[in-house]
Amino acid sequence: MAEIYLNNKYLGTVDNPASFVEDIKDSRRKGDVSQYVNVHLNEQTDEVRLFSDAGRTQRPLIIVKEGVSLLTEKHIEQLEQGEITWLDLVRQGVIEYIDAAEEENALVASIEEDMTPEHTHLEVSPGAISGMATALVPFGNYNQSSRLIIGSKNQKQSLGFYAANYHIRMDMDSNLLHYPQFPLVKTKIHDVAEYDQHPSGQNMVVAIMCYDGYNMEDGVILNKSSVERGLARSTYFKPINVSELRYSGGLMDEISVPDKDVKGYKSEHDYRFLEEDGIVYPEAKVCESDVVIGRTSPPRFLSSLDEYNLSAVVRRESSVSLKHGERGVADFVVLTENEEGNKLVQVRLREERRPEIGDKFTSRHGQKGVTGMLIPSADIPFSTSGVVPDLIFTPHGVTSRMTVSHLLELLGGKVGALSGRLVDGTLFESEKEEVLRDELLQSGFREDGTESFYDGRTGKKMLAKIYVGNMYYLRLRHMVANKMQSRARGPIQLLTRQPTEGKAKEGGLRLGEMEKDTFIAHGASLLLKERFDSDKVQVPVCTQSGLIGYYDARKKQLISPMLGEDADMAYVEMSYAFKLLLDELKAMGIYPKLVLEDKY
Amino acid sequence: MKHADLIKEYEKDLPLAVLDEISALIPTSATKPQVKKIVEETILLYKQARVHAGECVGLVSAESIGEPGTQMTLNTFHFAGVAEMNITTGLPRIIEIFDARKTIKTPMMEVFLKAPNNKDIEKVRQFALQIKATILDELVAEYAINIFDQTLILRLHKELMADYGLTEKDLLKSLKTRTKGYNVSSGDGEISFTHKGKAEEIKELYILKEKIRAVKMKGIKKITQVLPVKRGDEYIVLTSGTNLSDVLELPEVDPTRTFSNDLYEVRAVLGIEAARQAVMNEVFKVIESQGLNIDVRHIMLVADIMCVSGEVKGITRYGIVSEKASVLARASFETPIKHLVNASLEGEVDKLTSVVENVMMNQAVPLGTGLPGLVTKMK
Repeated sequence: MAEIYLNNKYLGTVDNPASFVEDIKDSRRKGDVSQYVNVHLNEQTDEVRLFSDAGRTQRPLIIVKEGVSLLTEKHIEQLEQGEITWLDLVRQGVIEYIDAAEEENALVASIEEDMTPEHTHLEVSPGAISGMATALVPFGNYNQSSRLIIGSKNQKQSLGFYAANYHIRMDMDSNLLHYPQFPLVKTKIHDVAEYDQHPSGQNMVVAIMCYDGYNMEDGVILNKSSVERGLARSTYFKPINVSELRYSGGLMDEISVPDKDVKGYKSEHDYRFLEEDGIVYPEAKVCESDVVIGRTSPPRFLSSLDEYNLSAVVRRESSVSLKHGERGVADFVVLTENEEGNKLVQVRLREERRPEIGDKFTSRHGQKGVTGMLIPSADIPFSTSGVVPDLIFTPHGVTSRMTVSHLLELLGGKVGALSGRLVDGTLFESEKEEVLRDELLQSGFREDGTESFYDGRTGKKMLAKIYVGNMYYLRLRHMVANKMQSRARGPIQLLTRQPTEGKAKEGGLRLGEMEKDTFIAHGASLLLKERFDSDKVQVPVCTQSGLIGYYDARKKQLISPMLGEDADMAYVEMSYAFKLLLDELKAMGIYPKLVLEDKY
Repeated sequence: MKHADLIKEYEKDLPLAVLDEISALIPTSATKPQVKKIVEETILLYKQARVHAGECVGLVSAESIGEPGTQMTLNTFHFAGVAEMNITTGLPRIIEIFDARKTIKTPMMEVFLKAPNNKDIEKVRQFALQIKATILDELVAEYAINIFDQTLILRLHKELMADYGLTEKDLLKSLKTRTKGYNVSSGDGEISFTHKGKAEEIKELYILKEKIRAVKMKGIKKITQVLPVKRGDEYIVLTSGTNLSDVLELPEVDPTRTFSNDLYEVRAVLGIEAARQAVMNEVFKVIESQGLNIDVRHIMLVADIMCVSGEVKGITRYGIVSEKASVLARASFETPIKHLVNASLEGEVDKLTSVVENVMMNQAVPLGTGLPGLVTKMK
């Protein structure tokens, strides 16, 4: 007597749970029950759990009966002829979808040879145990699993041909790789996912070697000449949205070139790219502080009196201009309405991004690196046949991470390039290394993939043989151009008068508490004081009351808050933050009396 | 010693330990001017090795302990050579010591025995069992309540009793005082309790059972576990739970080496100098077990600071931080409002003599380049 639950709700009992479960499975395979129904028999608790709800992940498996796969040679033939499709196999009960619960009752064989009479299912492909992105890593089964995960994560950040209609889209921050290529070493998933329709990398000639240390600690060296010919070049798109907001009293924003009498008018130079409608003209090369969309807003605090006195109403400038360090070309302008029916202007900026020092690159094996140097082709080592690598990768990156697939892809890529074919690196079903080596030998190269190299600068032959081949490299979307920032002087915070923080506010890098400690530990007190002078002020302090006074410009003298004009005042240098602390103490009702003393 | 007199002349310039070392190392063939030269050279080196005025040793110590601390594996419970005994080490223990916690996670002692006894494992084991606090519950195999007779019967572990060297009589003796109002009798490995006079409720027997369970039969209070271990060529006893004063009174114990890891207990029993050494030893033990390399002098400084007042004080807002002279320095550590309000009530004056308050005001810190002042003669 087993209890039956449907979607975790009690339904009733059944005397023979095993045959009940089999019946349901059979009806599903016949098509009487939906393929989305799964059943799980728990023998320990004597429960049968049926599931038909949404949100479970299912995966397809080939059904095995008495140690024989139901998928026959005939099926495969028909599939190849195009007579039947995948869905027909599901309908015929050759393939079924099972969920995590039902999988507990199943014994799945990875490959056909492993099957025994106990097995209930067979994997469609042994690589089906991995997800989509993971299956895109070639030769993945030669790797440590953690590297596989990193490799699949990196691919999600790569630049590519993300949408064919990119030129009419208004995506937030999108990147487009120029001349994307299909990988020389592919997996079956690349075909299934139609990767040739949206590739995201380029097949580069990669040499695994050192070169003056510019690729140490996960750096990569790029061939400057290749980059100049368009290697890994991309375009960065960034939209700017401006809408006309409505305010109380029927007042509205207005998108237009602001008049000169508007409050906060910048300078004529800043508005030079605007057309009569207040929007930049396409193909205008804008940079830092140039206005992209001109806009004026009604005054902020309108008193009831001002409403009648129109002459007093001065509109406020609220144009959108490029921030510090930004630049680009006005690419595309859209005039539309937002959800509330207000006028909305979108301007897309375009910027060509050539690879530069600091840009991030990766292979598909979790071997990411940052460009350390761009070297002209003439100075880069070249092979006997005159091949110059596009990218130089460091050998130290391989030993500790044990990414064998990285090395195999290099070999496979070389074979593919020489034979003019695509090499298959599908998980567990990849082409064998020996076969690839053999093919390489047939092509007239050393079978281990190494070649003699000559230093481009001296022409001298290198002592070591260099492992060189073709690899699919991806450009990742972390580019220095978006992150680089510096400051010597700049904006400060209103409250503390200390420099602002963060790139968006053109902020400084904080010399924090522990950094301060290192100065003290070195005994560099006076240097430390100068580092903290960013908010230094000189305040007049009353020597009698010990309170901070002020300078009365009309009377041209210092005033003490307690003793007035007759006080003996002295200027004291302190940090503004400390002055703020004194003010806060006063607000607490504490009298912080400064006792002054002559400095010398 | 050949040049003892000569070396003695330098007593004011060098510490005695250094002078002793010199006189031990000087070859007998050395002439007087040679010895003089050696000592003078030593004085020079000694002076150079000393910390300069204005060197902020505290901060350097803090950094030197703090930085390796970041590499310490958190929460490693590591077995000090033996199973069964779990001792807090790693960062949790370091924090425990520097905070000078009153109750520590795993109090323990290392009991050393005097010469003839410490080589014989059997004797050491016997001693260990002797000091272990044994409660009745451990000796009882079964508690039985006879509802009909209204009696509570304890069946005892005979072998265990023999191991501990206890007899039924001993048990009866220590139990009798606790069980007034009951008739207690024993025989054949059993102890039975019957209510004197008319028994009221069976519940009372249950209460009695729970009451007598934890009654100490033998050993030293608070020592819950003992473990004899080999240390070098002798056997010592590790205990979990500490009771230094009672253990030191035992004649077998070597009081010069036995110690506890409870700083307050060491302070109470052995005095503040011992507590200072205990802080150093305990911290150093952890650092060593983590394979880190921190100069002892940094730890010495911390131990000194913790013990200067004569009591062990932690580096907390209730401990040594509360003794800082500057209000602003105290306020910048923890609970600023409390310190500022109290200071204002007392009319405290901050002389701005230490680091934090000067950093706050953007003044030169009185250390290193900020220390020297200028003296001029005004005409």
